Amino acid sequence: MPSWPEKRSYIGSLAKRVDAPAKVSGAAKYSSDVQPEGWLYGMILRSKWPKAKITKINLEKAARLPGIKAAVLAREGERIVRFYGEELAAVAGLTKQACLDALRAIEVEAQPLPFVVREEDAREESSPRVWDEQPNYSRPQPRDRGDVDKAFGECAAVVEGFYSTPVQIHHPLETHGNTISWTGDNLTAWSSTQGISSVRDGLAGNLNVPQNQVRVICEYMGGGFGAKFGPGVEGALAARLSQAAKAPVKLMLTRFDQALAVGNRPSSFQKIKMGATADGKLHAYQLESFGTAGIGAGSSEGGSGGAAFPAPYIYTVPNTRIAQASVAVDAGSARAFRAPGNPPASFGMESIMDDLAVKMDIDPVEFRLRNDPSEVRQKEYRLGAERFGWKQKYKKPGTSPGPIKTGVGCAGARWATGGGGTQAQAQVSPDGSIEIRCGTQDLGTGTKTVIAVIAADLLGLKPEQIQVRVGDTNYPPSGASGGSTTCPSVAPAICDLCTNVLQELQKHSGLAEVRGENWLAACKKLGVDPLLVSGKWQEGLSGSGAGGVQFAEVAVDTDTGFVKVKKITCIQDGGLIVSKLTCESQVNGGIIMGLGYALYEERIMDRHSGVLLNPNFETYKLPALADMPEIDVVLLDMPERGVIGIGEPVTIPTAAAIGNAVANALGVRVGSLPITPAKVLAALGKVDKPA
Amino acid sequence: MSDSTKQDCLTVSRRAFLKTFGTSAAVAATAQVEAVAEELQKANQEKIYGPETVPITLQVNGSPIKLQVEPRVTLLEALRNHSHFTGAKEVCDRATCGACTVLLDDLPIYSCSKLALEAQGHAITTVEGLAENGQLSKVQQAFIDEDALMCGYCTPGFVMSVTALLKKNPHPTAEEVQHGCAGNLCRCGTYPRVLRAALKAAGVPLTSQTEVISYAKLA
Repeated sequence: MPSWPEKRSYIGSLAKRVDAPAKVSGAAKYSSDVQPEGWLYGMILRSKWPKAKITKINLEKAARLPGIKAAVLAREGERIVRFYGEELAAVAGLTKQACLDALRAIEVEAQPLPFVVREEDAREESSPRVWDEQPNYSRPQPRDRGDVDKAFGECAAVVEGFYSTPVQIHHPLETHGNTISWTGDNLTAWSSTQGISSVRDGLAGNLNVPQNQVRVICEYMGGGFGAKFGPGVEGALAARLSQAAKAPVKLMLTRFDQALAVGNRPSSFQKIKMGATADGKLHAYQLESFGTAGIGAGSSEGGSGGAAFPAPYIYTVPNTRIAQASVAVDAGSARAFRAPGNPPASFGMESIMDDLAVKMDIDPVEFRLRNDPSEVRQKEYRLGAERFGWKQKYKKPGTSPGPIKTGVGCAGARWATGGGGTQAQAQVSPDGSIEIRCGTQDLGTGTKTVIAVIAADLLGLKPEQIQVRVGDTNYPPSGASGGSTTCPSVAPAICDLCTNVLQELQKHSGLAEVRGENWLAACKKLGVDPLLVSGKWQEGLSGSGAGGVQFAEVAVDTDTGFVKVKKITCIQDGGLIVSKLTCESQVNGGIIMGLGYALYEERIMDRHSGVLLNPNFETYKLPALADMPEIDVVLLDMPERGVIGIGEPVTIPTAAAIGNAVANALGVRVGSLPITPAKVLAALGKVDKPA
Repeated sequence: MSDSTKQDCLTVSRRAFLKTFGTSAAVAATAQVEAVAEELQKANQEKIYGPETVPITLQVNGSPIKLQVEPRVTLLEALRNHSHFTGAKEVCDRATCGACTVLLDDLPIYSCSKLALEAQGHAITTVEGLAENGQLSKVQQAFIDEDALMCGYCTPGFVMSVTALLKKNPHPTAEEVQHGCAGNLCRCGTYPRVLRAALKAAGVPLTSQTEVISYAKLA
């Protein structure tokens, strides 16, 4: 049985990211960068109606324009489009300019239909139906556990609150898209994806070709965050354009397309009531919530079914009543988004935790220690509070003097993670070089580096001696990268693989010791043929479940409403830390994405026209360098648990911690994300509540 | 004004308007009109490009690149789609994210918002052109050392912005780095490390950041 080495030189070290040199020099070729011979530019025409019956699309004029090599319909025949931006047709041409002209030349006949794009409007029974066969919203049946009504009567304190979170857009910097090339009946797709195998299977199904005739390559990809698992409508269109034009087609979405049609995090509107007994123990919890996943499941690839989230989040409450619902609107469908469901769940629950703690006059950290069932988080809270200086910094809400008020807050998170089902192969050459192949993909999370440092430690080599090949369906299979499962899936397979390499090399070379300084001598004994060795994921090398807590310190300008996050302290369970450097980068990244969710990000739909009002970065605000707080990260090393994933848990509690810090600073809660200056001023009674 | 004249007025181009203006009204010799006449002369000297493709020459990383492109092609497209310089990335295509940053002479610019035609006659440096004799630049090396990248899609833009900053200001403060990178966005969240990398490339000593604490030893 393979096991993690006791003595670790590179595992858990600050060993550098192996593909960093390629990424800082422009040598890294992303799917959007590849240029197969004779490639054409591809673009998609999208619906300008939020809802319409499309009666006719005429591609003839467009197809005849100079430089245009193919034009295809997204779907044949009459159809209904259900959101602004739904795909209608696509063109391929010699240049982007030719395609832009062609899109304008496509004639579309449509009958606009009534639409609804905002949750609160869609809940009205009189609102236009997104799907004819079902209402946009059905009042959910509450599910009870325990005797909730009686339990509320037994509470020493009860609070009620309304908390909301926006639709958030993934916005990976590399948009969705593919470069697709046919050779006879075989297709190669350079895809910007989190799942090369899921794209292969999706394309094969969509185009009705056997899976063994589809090869998907993704050597580098510019971010996904949950939105890039399948080929998408854009992938199928690129393949059909390429087939029609008999040339490779590169079809990357525009930023505008990205904001409309390829996923988002559902919104949430949470009415919560919660009570605790006199000893500060949570006793009763009641949630009524709704949110939108856009048009919802079914019609958009990767669509997520609804807007439900785990409740009550992370804490154990003996008596609960939960009623959650999704509201359909005429907007792009939701998809998995970094820790699906969890950031909204955390925001609602952790907000009311603080509101209840304040009412009961219990310190918020102490209140969590009394109610959090996780032993790991208990320790993390104690360590974090000490490191953050919680005792010195925490003051009664709203007591910070002066116009710029400071406040602190905290929140916790849980994520399942866990691994499985990955295979890998090593080719050891007689000259001592080694190549490891694995059909996983590196989203920028450091998967290649993980493979290199594990192989280096097990084989007694240096990480730079390991040639790591990932992102190709010709390599042994691994799963898609979602759920923080990549590291715990891939790392054990590499451990097993390298253990097998050592055994095989011993056998073939006749040498007892083949690691490190003996490696080259052993390889030379292979003669002419390289050694090909396989390995696969094994039990006992990875773990599941990750817990973390975060503390936030903010300064809020009560004259302007501007919130500045001054500091985040993050204590994160790391399991067996494989690559400290890339792990830490991911923790930073999760916190920063959480900061954007807390303060800036929100999809804004216009109820009158049905269009998305902020499709690009001048209006959809992302955090920037100057917004960065001091970030203090502590990784808890728990090697006995094996390898876990941390990409998702670290983004969950940030917004809740920031929200609690703002409430602590102001003495009033801003219960709606993002916490904009307008909402802060409204909470202070200085301006009217924003619409 | 007859209908046909009205029509002419509506369809007349700015250039034709200036020409008409020049031959009739500019006769009145006021200072203002002289200025207009001067403007007109300049306009008449301007070469009219397009809509057909035109030959252009770009000086990219020290070598001339000859292309045949429509005048509306941006420098970013010329680099990425009409030649092989794919280091600069297209992310927003409207000057909001900085992933397409290149140096025009020593000035960092958004190549998505500069016409290729107008970039002629300038020294264009892309991220591919920073290494010298196979040796990565100080800034590039600092990005590697500090892990100032994740997916890497924004990285060429940040590398170019920091390079431009250090050319102008070899010893920036943290605030000056923030300002120098204010035009660049990252979605993975590499900012804290970009800051460290920029300071490191400027020779500022850094202290270690993250701590790993053994869970087993916690109380």
